[in-house]
Amino acid sequence: MQKNEVISIRSSSDVVLVRQAVRQLAVELGFSLINQTKIVTGASELARNTLEHGGGGTVNIEALDEGTRRGLRLIFEDSGPGIPDLELALKDGFTTGGGLGMGLSGTKRLVNEFDIVSRVGEGTRITITKWK
Amino acid sequence: MSLNGQSKIPQILKNREAEVLADWLGEQMAAGIRKDLLKEMELREECREFLELFTDAIQQGNFTNIQSPEWRGLKDMLASVSRSRTQKGFTPTETANFVFSFKQPLFKRLRQELGQNGETLLEEILSATNLIDKLALWTTEIYQKTREEVILRQQEELMELSTPVVKLWEGILALPIIGTLDSARTQIMMESLLQMIVQTGSQVAIIDITGVPTVDTLTAQHLLKTVTAARLMGADCIISGIRPQIAQTIVYLGVDLADITTKASLADAFVLALKRSGFAISRSKSAI
Repeated sequence: MQKNEVISIRSSSDVVLVRQAVRQLAVELGFSLINQTKIVTGASELARNTLEHGGGGTVNIEALDEGTRRGLRLIFEDSGPGIPDLELALKDGFTTGGGLGMGLSGTKRLVNEFDIVSRVGEGTRITITKWK
Repeated sequence: MSLNGQSKIPQILKNREAEVLADWLGEQMAAGIRKDLLKEMELREECREFLELFTDAIQQGNFTNIQSPEWRGLKDMLASVSRSRTQKGFTPTETANFVFSFKQPLFKRLRQELGQNGETLLEEILSATNLIDKLALWTTEIYQKTREEVILRQQEELMELSTPVVKLWEGILALPIIGTLDSARTQIMMESLLQMIVQTGSQVAIIDITGVPTVDTLTAQHLLKTVTAARLMGADCIISGIRPQIAQTIVYLGVDLADITTKASLADAFVLALKRSGFAISRSKSAI
């Protein structure tokens, strides 16, 4: 199964759309309820970050099939201000937006693979992968 | 347009209003207007009004700018036509066709009047087409706007519907949340909860999140804020409806809900709330 979907994130209702799309694909891939919830929650966190800190962007949702294992890969991209100090941004409780400061670090714990690339002034790309 | 002021259209419309109207009506009838949605009488009246206002406005010789004051009356009329058709269930195409179909009868008259003079005829048709297109687009714009207004109103209605605070027992309130917990909803939810706490003098409020599909850090933060606000008003909160997968996710996210009493189901939370308020539940013997 090769599936690929790009959703643009421009408003908070788009965050809901992203959640629904990710949940639907996770169900199709046969994810367990707990893994569904984890990847959907992670998607929700990152979509909101893309919207609030990145000034909007896109998410590429991709179903992975590598023979023995199946998974879901989400790539969030924005062309916002970027993150100057990644280490600090990934620390529990660090926030610039008045939130709890657990979104980025929490998402990292919810998924199997987590990759973040950010350049100040150019934007941020976060890739997360959850295997079934 | 080079024809401004010398266009024949104002003259033609003035002299042959009745014929144009008859042609136009025939045109729309032949094109298959939705007779189930609109009576012929209504259509006739709309056409007549349109033609009257159009003839009035066109006398000024302004073919290009429908924003100018002389077109105002016609635009208002089209707006109300478009609105009523939206409500009746016409499609945007059908609505715009009301204006587009005016071209045929108008061009027919033009051809009759200017048949020999090809150059002028072309100029006249071009400027009229341009104008009518603008008016038709205007109806589409209003159509869209009417739809958006409907959506906005429904959103607001939904918001109010979805945040009821119910009294379960003396001194015990419940707030079942269904759907996404965003900032706007949290605000409404918090307001109605705090108000009910004051009104009823309740000491315990149960917030049930069984119907919240995803609990992320923002949702958690909104819940924490609501609980803190209720506490400041002298009421303790219990959060119920935490499903196993949500519990695990919250732990991985690292959100600290340790200060809050949480229960798996609303029933458990209710029993706890009764206990805290000093009530005891016992089964009467006759029921066994």
